[in-house]
Amino acid sequence: MKTDIDIRKITMTVVMAIFGILFLMPFIWMISASLKIEEEVLTFPIQWIPETWNAVANYKEVWTGDMPFLLLYWNSIKVTVLTTITSVLVSGLAAYGFAKINFKGRELLFIVVLATYMIPPQTLLVTQFLLFRWLGLYDTHTGLILLNSFSVFGTFMLRQFYLGISNEIIESARMDGAGHFRIFFNIALPLVRPAIATYAILRFIWTWNDFQYPLIFLRSEALYTIQLGVQSFGDQHGSIYTLMMAASVSAIVPLLIIFIIGQKHVIEGIQLGGVKG
Amino acid sequence: MEGEVKGSKLEQANQVKLKKKKKKRNGDPFSGWQENLSGYLFIGPMFLGTSILVLFPIIASLVLSFTDWNFVSGFKSASFVGIENFKTLFDNDIFLKSLKNNFLILLAIPVTLMISLSIAVIINKYIYFKDLFKVIFFMPFISSVVAVAVVFRVLFHPSEGPVNQLLMSLGVNDPPGWISDVSFALPSVMIIMIWTGIGFNLIIYLAGLQNIPKELYEAAQIDGASAWYQFTKITVPLVSPTTFLLMITGIISSFKIFDLIIVLTDGGPANATITPVVYLYQQAFLELKTGYASSIALVMFIIILIITYLQFVGQKKWVNY
Repeated sequence: MKTDIDIRKITMTVVMAIFGILFLMPFIWMISASLKIEEEVLTFPIQWIPETWNAVANYKEVWTGDMPFLLLYWNSIKVTVLTTITSVLVSGLAAYGFAKINFKGRELLFIVVLATYMIPPQTLLVTQFLLFRWLGLYDTHTGLILLNSFSVFGTFMLRQFYLGISNEIIESARMDGAGHFRIFFNIALPLVRPAIATYAILRFIWTWNDFQYPLIFLRSEALYTIQLGVQSFGDQHGSIYTLMMAASVSAIVPLLIIFIIGQKHVIEGIQLGGVKG
Repeated sequence: MEGEVKGSKLEQANQVKLKKKKKKRNGDPFSGWQENLSGYLFIGPMFLGTSILVLFPIIASLVLSFTDWNFVSGFKSASFVGIENFKTLFDNDIFLKSLKNNFLILLAIPVTLMISLSIAVIINKYIYFKDLFKVIFFMPFISSVVAVAVVFRVLFHPSEGPVNQLLMSLGVNDPPGWISDVSFALPSVMIIMIWTGIGFNLIIYLAGLQNIPKELYEAAQIDGASAWYQFTKITVPLVSPTTFLLMITGIISSFKIFDLIIVLTDGGPANATITPVVYLYQQAFLELKTGYASSIALVMFIIILIITYLQFVGQKKWVNY
């Protein structure tokens, strides 16, 4: 009886593995094409393992050519890391405030913040754009960082975790004379470290993949992030598929690595929030 | 449990007393105004950011939507036109088409849900290496949409793309032109949406499946119910709250699809894949019609509000056990 079930399970696993490979075919094709010479990209039947390897030349062109991915990477890393840090700090502080400090108007302010969550960001683009031009934040990385730094999702999620910390720990620290800022940095923040990690990874992924804000709020090519770079690379080299695929691989792979390292956190965070980026 | 609650209440009461004592004694470490001040300091950055980046823009677009203005020419050239923008908007074929397209895109949601639920059930119960499979199906969701769109642009190429080459080798003589064909462009967008959306829906479904009591399946098994019977009579009804949640997030996020369309088709061919968001972007940032674009933003805002309201109403009626 037991072995019977196992055989069914093994068969099912094999069937799903085949389905999984088919599901990932676009990625496999992308990687394979990025290693080939142009003439062999569209041969049929598909040559999954390149006959003539051209990986070094393709990637060298992408990384150091006229839209150098080295620069795009640097810009993306800078914007993403700073956004993640700012956002975690802003959301962490607000979440602690909403969960653990009894101040006047707390409930009302929380509802106001929460209500802004429903507003589709695109409906704000026009006025945000005008505002940023007026403030001199248009076409700057600072502007881009600010746009992604005030996350209702992050605040809500971290607040849930702070609510889980017993008030007694905080009360007793306060009896010992610690102020809220000391409690926040020395007690509260370390206690919710897993939640912070989850949110930080999600924010990193969302910011790294963000295309809309850079498209609208950046103009100088020197400031382009990787997503914007892939798009304008496509405008220039759209017909050279090997280079396009090498660019796509370069845009996707770092994130896949972060995801695979932090997959438990990412999946838990998504399940917890039940939201899309 | 109850004892604990009472205990902590007692303690709180004690602490309140203590606080009061302390307050009287030395002019107070935790008085009201200090607590208020630290509260505002903690939520200050978040609230300020939200006000400047969300609340103010919403009010400003409300005002702008009644004007005819192009931001390049400065504030002086703005003129009040009443509801003119909204009239033009609802007479505009492209905008109406974009709304229609958005509703057609919604058809992808039930398909995504069905596929995701099936995979979730299989992963949950019938296979080994669950975590590995989760990662596999989740990959498209976390991948950059721009890069994904670039890849599909080549895969869907009408004459030399691998998809059509495969179809032709299978004997399909006249395969569709996918993203360059007016009638297949929107379905192509939907196929990619389904592909990228499965990961997210699957993960949420897996969480939902954990909430179904195992005893129900055990009882059904004893009664000799088939796997299909268990799926349709136990899993589907009991997972309906999750289905509802996913449908709503699906609908709302369908109004946000931007990257995919901009990179894949740019709204074309012949506006076949235009959506309100893409139209908004074109009018605001390419045609520079600031007032008109604000009125599009306002209409979208109202549509989303209506959907959210329906969600509150529907939640009570639709979700059943």
